[in-house]
Amino acid sequence: MKRKTINLTVDDKPIEAEEGTTILLAARQYGIHIPTICYLEGLSPYGGCRICVVEIGGGNGKNSLDTSCTRQVQEGMIVQTQSPRVVRARKMIAELLVASAPNVKVAQDIAARMGLMKVRFPMDDNRCILCGLCIRMCYEQMDGKALGFAGRGTGRWVTMPFQKRPESCRLCRGCEYVCPGTIVPCQGIKVPGELCGRCRPVEEYRCCPNSTFGCFCEENPL
Amino acid sequence: MNKIQSASDLYQWREQIRSRQNLEDGVVYVCGGTGCQALGCQKVKEAFEKELAKLKRGRKIVLKSTGCPGLCEKGPLVTLHPQDLFYQKVKPEDVPRIVAETILQGKVIEDLLLEDPADRRKILSSREVPFYRPQMRLLLGNNEFIDPTRIGDYVAMGGYQALAETLLRMKPEEVISEIKASGLRGRGGAGYPTGQKWENCRRAAGEPKYIVCNCDEGDPGAFMDRSLLEGNPHSILEGMLIGAYAIGASRGFIYVRHEYPLALQHAEIAISQAREAGLLGKNILGTGLEFDVETAQGGGAFVCGESTALIASIEGRTGEPWSKQIHTVAQGLWGKPTNINNVETWANVPLILQKGSQWFSTLGTDGSKGTKIFSLVGKVKNTGLVEVPMGTTLREIIYDIGGGPQDGKRIKAVQTGGPSGGCIPASLFHLPVDYESLSQAGSMMGSGGMIVMDEGTCMVDVAKYFVHFLEEESCGKCLPCREGLRRMGQILDGISEGKGDSETLPLLEELAAVVADASLCGLGKTAPNPVLSALRYFREEFEEHLVHQRCPAGVCHSLVRYSISPEACTGCGACQKICPAGAIKGEKEEPHHIEAELCTKCGSCMEVCPTRAVLVC
Repeated sequence: MKRKTINLTVDDKPIEAEEGTTILLAARQYGIHIPTICYLEGLSPYGGCRICVVEIGGGNGKNSLDTSCTRQVQEGMIVQTQSPRVVRARKMIAELLVASAPNVKVAQDIAARMGLMKVRFPMDDNRCILCGLCIRMCYEQMDGKALGFAGRGTGRWVTMPFQKRPESCRLCRGCEYVCPGTIVPCQGIKVPGELCGRCRPVEEYRCCPNSTFGCFCEENPL
Repeated sequence: MNKIQSASDLYQWREQIRSRQNLEDGVVYVCGGTGCQALGCQKVKEAFEKELAKLKRGRKIVLKSTGCPGLCEKGPLVTLHPQDLFYQKVKPEDVPRIVAETILQGKVIEDLLLEDPADRRKILSSREVPFYRPQMRLLLGNNEFIDPTRIGDYVAMGGYQALAETLLRMKPEEVISEIKASGLRGRGGAGYPTGQKWENCRRAAGEPKYIVCNCDEGDPGAFMDRSLLEGNPHSILEGMLIGAYAIGASRGFIYVRHEYPLALQHAEIAISQAREAGLLGKNILGTGLEFDVETAQGGGAFVCGESTALIASIEGRTGEPWSKQIHTVAQGLWGKPTNINNVETWANVPLILQKGSQWFSTLGTDGSKGTKIFSLVGKVKNTGLVEVPMGTTLREIIYDIGGGPQDGKRIKAVQTGGPSGGCIPASLFHLPVDYESLSQAGSMMGSGGMIVMDEGTCMVDVAKYFVHFLEEESCGKCLPCREGLRRMGQILDGISEGKGDSETLPLLEELAAVVADASLCGLGKTAPNPVLSALRYFREEFEEHLVHQRCPAGVCHSLVRYSISPEACTGCGACQKICPAGAIKGEKEEPHHIEAELCTKCGSCMEVCPTRAVLVC
């Protein structure tokens, strides 16, 4: 069965995408990079980290933000991946993330990409960023069903049923493989609340000269 | 009971019940709502049972435990028929008097009557109560006279009549266009046009279709959905039946939150009675309509009022929302089209079909039709449920119905729409209550909570309360809501302790804007409203905390200082005795003083002082 082709506009460029693809994938096919944390190819989109938000308008003046990893393309959609509203949201999300997990590499990287030099919130030291990658990996790819979220709100944590390793867990370590918290973090942070910023891109990239902070194109992925 | 198989069966049944009711010598209605239960109405009811059993056999007095009539402040409430008397604050000890004097001799017991605060006149009938007079109680009015556990009471009041007429005379499309013409909008808070939603669901591909009644009312201080489902569950069922017919749904769910056991119980009783009467099941009223309802209970999560989280909860998954790009009317429960409406929306449906969309659309304002129930709580004289036509001004609700401020204080603001709504200052009390004007003022209709605040309320404290409430209730799935609300809570905690600088308020505003922008579901998107509206109208109060280290309302603990006015103090020593910290010093008959280092700011001294010499600043 041949799928319908959808025409949409991303960052003022007309692009085509197959019906049913998400904005994220459609944009990436055209080299428009959108940062992600909780998205991983092969796992179902989750829409939890919200770093991949884009501004979506139907041309009626009422724009809204939505995660590009979950939102499917629609005919005539107008998407902005770098609008001031998007940048403001991403910067704040990065700040919240790095404040809660300053020793997690993904959080550091995102903060560096956003050009954050100072965190205005008191720093915590969480090692889990609740991205849910391990849970989806276990459930969807390994058929383990050994992990899940427990608790609510700020008391949320990843655990096994009744906090005991179930028989369905085969110790495949798929969860560890996808976990961003297991990557050795940058050791540059010395003063609480300050980011060292040494890994922050200093020169502007030719591919997107107008960006106010680092770029997210394929040549320079996160 | 025989099954009702046609409209004429229903008519006959109603006439039977009515003729039986005509033989009764009198009815005692005791409020059995949750509010009155807390005030001891169960004991009052038991006392009536005992006293009425002693009466002579010839007299047939019926005792009914009804739903909530709304005036919770004065409960337990007792209404007597045919005398048409309205007794308030009835205690079990009063019951023998009521039976002996009022029921048997027809005498009025003066001290149980409500007093009109304006002219100190005693009020006999419930119709004359100043709290009820400006109201238009289309949905709540029947609560007073219906025993929610008896289907007969509802049928006798003309219940299920609208259903019978709809099924016989109207096509489903006609029902939808009637609802559309009425202008009814969702009472859950967002105000989406109900008819439009129904049409979308009817047109959506997929069988079977489901309908859901959302009674997951979690706003602090709001209880209108509870009172409707508790007090008149059959009107909800009738609305759902009409909806099922219009949409083409074959199954329905009533989702009740865990904290509403009585509402759940009454809903279940109503369902089983309707099933027994043949009003649920196969071939309803002989028209071939097939529809059944079951209840589903929440686990006590506020977020489950959000439609996608509610669906997850009914399906048995964790109550977490997901991206709403495909609406639930197209893909809801088990991936099938699902129409979710609030309790109050469903309760409006039979009314519209009975009296016509023309009549309904004459009520209210241009954009918002019909009446709306508000739960009026906080610093007003009369708290309780208020039903008014849309477009009534806030002033009318707060001053005319609510009776104005308590103990001579000045009312400062009203918080509408629960934790997702905002605070509206007294200077905007001329605003008519409808969907548009409230959201323009930075608040929202929400489900209808209304919390009145006076000068003794600190807006920082209010914002802090709601943010901490939502922080606790956030499911934690998405980062802006989980982390953002936690950080907003931290900032507000800091402000209430006077900690912060010139960057604090802009940071709070920036954070609030992002949380509203980037969150996944309605909870996070509306969560900053209380903070943003408080900052919009009461910024100087926030600044006062930060700059002058002072809480103008005297609420924020760490900024409050207690002192004793030497002029007013008589040196009686009452405060000295009660002070747990031993912070009050002074000789007897001499003015006392408080040692600030020792004071724990518990406020006990202020409560006991007979001359009100303890001051807060």
